[in-house]
Amino acid sequence: MSIAFKVNGQTVRFDGLQDTPLLWVLRDELGLTGTKYGCGISQCGACTVHVDGRAQRSCALPVSQIAGRAVVTIEGLAEGDALHPVQQAWIEGDVPQCGYCQAGQIMAAVEFLERYPEPSDDDIDANLSNLCRCGTYPRIRKAVRRAARQQQRSGS
Amino acid sequence: MSFAERVNINRRRILIAGVSATGGLICGLPALAAGPDAANAERQLGHFIEIAGDGRIIIGSNQPEIGQGVSTALPMLIAEELDVDWSRVTVRQMPLGIVKTADEFTWKYGGQGVGGSTGLTGNFDYMRQVGAKARRLLIRAAALRQDLPEDQCATRPGVVVCGPMGTTVPYEELITEAAALGTIADDVPLKQAKDYRIVGKAQTGVGVRDIVTGQARYGIDTREPNMRYAVIARSPYLNGTPQSVDDTGARQVPGVLDVFEILGPKPDEPYAILASGVAVVATSTWAAIKGREALKIEWNKGPNANDSSAAFWRENEEMLRGKGQVVLDDGDFDTALASAETVVEARYRIPFVNHAPLEPQNCYAHVTEGRCHIIAPTQMPGGASRSAHAVTGIPREHISVDITRVGGGFGRRLTNDYVAEATMISKQTGWPIKLQWTREDDVKHDFYRPAGLHHLRAGVDRQGRVVAWTQRLASASKYFRRPNVPDDELWTAELYPDDFPRRMVENLRLEYFNHRVGVPRGSWRAPAHTANAFVVQSFVDEIAHATGQSPLELRIALLGDERELDYSNHGGPTFNPGRLTRLLRFVAREIDYKRSRPAGRGVGLATHFTFGGYAAHAIEVSVADGGELTIERIVAAIDCGFAVNPSAVHAQLEGGTVDGLSTALGLEITVKDGQIVQSNFHDYPLMRLAQVPAAFETHILPYGDQPTGVGEMGIPSAAPALTNAIFAATGKRIRTLPIAQQLSA
Repeated sequence: MSIAFKVNGQTVRFDGLQDTPLLWVLRDELGLTGTKYGCGISQCGACTVHVDGRAQRSCALPVSQIAGRAVVTIEGLAEGDALHPVQQAWIEGDVPQCGYCQAGQIMAAVEFLERYPEPSDDDIDANLSNLCRCGTYPRIRKAVRRAARQQQRSGS
Repeated sequence: MSFAERVNINRRRILIAGVSATGGLICGLPALAAGPDAANAERQLGHFIEIAGDGRIIIGSNQPEIGQGVSTALPMLIAEELDVDWSRVTVRQMPLGIVKTADEFTWKYGGQGVGGSTGLTGNFDYMRQVGAKARRLLIRAAALRQDLPEDQCATRPGVVVCGPMGTTVPYEELITEAAALGTIADDVPLKQAKDYRIVGKAQTGVGVRDIVTGQARYGIDTREPNMRYAVIARSPYLNGTPQSVDDTGARQVPGVLDVFEILGPKPDEPYAILASGVAVVATSTWAAIKGREALKIEWNKGPNANDSSAAFWRENEEMLRGKGQVVLDDGDFDTALASAETVVEARYRIPFVNHAPLEPQNCYAHVTEGRCHIIAPTQMPGGASRSAHAVTGIPREHISVDITRVGGGFGRRLTNDYVAEATMISKQTGWPIKLQWTREDDVKHDFYRPAGLHHLRAGVDRQGRVVAWTQRLASASKYFRRPNVPDDELWTAELYPDDFPRRMVENLRLEYFNHRVGVPRGSWRAPAHTANAFVVQSFVDEIAHATGQSPLELRIALLGDERELDYSNHGGPTFNPGRLTRLLRFVAREIDYKRSRPAGRGVGLATHFTFGGYAAHAIEVSVADGGELTIERIVAAIDCGFAVNPSAVHAQLEGGTVDGLSTALGLEITVKDGQIVQSNFHDYPLMRLAQVPAAFETHILPYGDQPTGVGEMGIPSAAPALTNAIFAATGKRIRTLPIAQQLSA
């Protein structure tokens, strides 16, 4: 049975094992390797994507549950060359070290800022739980604040 | 290989440049040609520089990038001396480059390998010369073209300026002529630091745009034609082996192609790979994982079936009751201790910990007739080549190693065991193979940081001076099962004799007990420094409190002023304790150490010299009545000599601090019934953003004009500053790591 869903605006069909996590469909089948594998049990968040606008950890999310839904990955966040304010804030803040967790951090932060456009430190602490083994947390926090300010300014 | 040996690899290439008849290092062979611009050899100066027709500068980075920023810092050095605008530079990762000589291999692109925080120190002069010599060739080309003497030419970024008219010629118009001019053998003059435009200023990391757009390629992202995917069911028993394998179920999983045994080393052999097991090869990662789940394997539990953490700690205590190997004996410890006014004593437990890079181990290998192609996230690409050669017998000159971006090194990727595994599977099947480790594989199979029980005693005289000091350590040495390390040298991985407080306490003895257990061990970031800084900096605090002294003043009295002491371990040849004093005073002042805090709140200090760099931490905590710990504020300072890229230096200090705190707060690897207990991040809980205070300041205190490394320096003093703060807040002394639930007890 074929499962059809949208990825970054394009319809795709998957005919493989129905319990395949969305993460592996994105990475192995569609070649979208920006979404990363870190743990497989939704603990680290490196696999965060948006499903119908909600941040979801895709490593333990069976693709059968994605039928008919719209997925956005890190590759689909920018609009052409125009980076999302969160991506821009990450660059301005020189956030990444090894960088492996950062796509997931960004996807989580984008959706978080949609829910909390003017977040406090407590809001950030309570909602951003993605792991970073390199310890870029201080810069992540600052970049989230910077992106929030930028989005407020541009009214986005 | 020791870290000192790795740094020597970088030094050796200086000799090669002088000797090479083929002009290997500085000219001729287009190193960047491994990439898509192979056709552009005529626009390349040596191995590291290509100038495109539109004026873009492509600079090769020869070191693996593990997040420490080496692929930014080293190209910065080249760009500075080449005299170009950093905004016009693109950096390209270079592959492994080795050249076969009569009886061995030498480096083509300079020494390649990162570990021990040597990437910058080993290449500071080399990369500046690369840039400066290329600039000289461009000047020479312009001068020849205009029939002018070279000394009438200079450069501005990207252009040569010549003659009394100040005629300018852009680099991109000179490159092909410059490239034909041959090499410059002797070193050329370099810029003065005061003239730096790029170096010494904060630069954004190379590749950041790719990372934030999902375009960065790590080892796990490798996709090659006809590639199959493999996972290995490794023995859960330390040194265990498969006894019987029923693969019927596995072979029925759609996508599974093959199942076969992988043979690991015998219990006392070096670790070519970590474990024996069963490989499953499939058409996708998920199919391979499902195939593995369907395997039914009975295991020989092997000789370590009764290994347990409980037994380990009990046996450490028993060992410490005896006499160990005295590896350092300054002065007369026994007499000095006997005559001391006060004797202070404590024991500290440091656990095994996992590297836990966020990108689990993986490797791509394709073995064909007489050739092998490796694509790997490795810290040691030369070692990857050796591993593949050991598995296949293919001559190393026919083994190519592409280095991907690495999703965290931390010392895990110094060993190339996952390269050997992938190569074995490709050799067995004939297919291109991407071997993938799951997180469970990564937690349960590792070269863990060694664990040990430290027993410290010190004698203090009536004036509060420390007159005698001993550290007795029973540990599972990192050098166990390394080839060519005799038993009486196993201690050299665990104790660095010239560390503080040697030569600051006159009568000092170090004693070692090697504990043989089945857990594999290797270099974890800042190897023995994390354990030793924790115990020593905790013990100094305990001495201070036991004798009514300020922990700050006691440290300053011990460390003293600036002077160079001999330092024989990696990071020498000298150690200047006064540079620690300077940092300590700074962080103490910043956090207002002397101000007393209310009950339940306290500040702790610590400072340590790691592999040539200096760092100090001051941490303020609060501990609630129920034992809940909050890190309120962190002040961290580093003296890395000259900071080539201040943004990266701050980043390494931030990250190293988090690493040290994360490990101390909740991380430990334990053993039960011959098996590693932990399996994923739910029971190996890395620190999260919410635990890191917003009040977290990092400071660079510059010193001189030579850089030290920064990758490991920020870790060792973090954990003891934390537990010293906990003591100040509560009167409770943490002597066992991790802290975990001890405060709620």
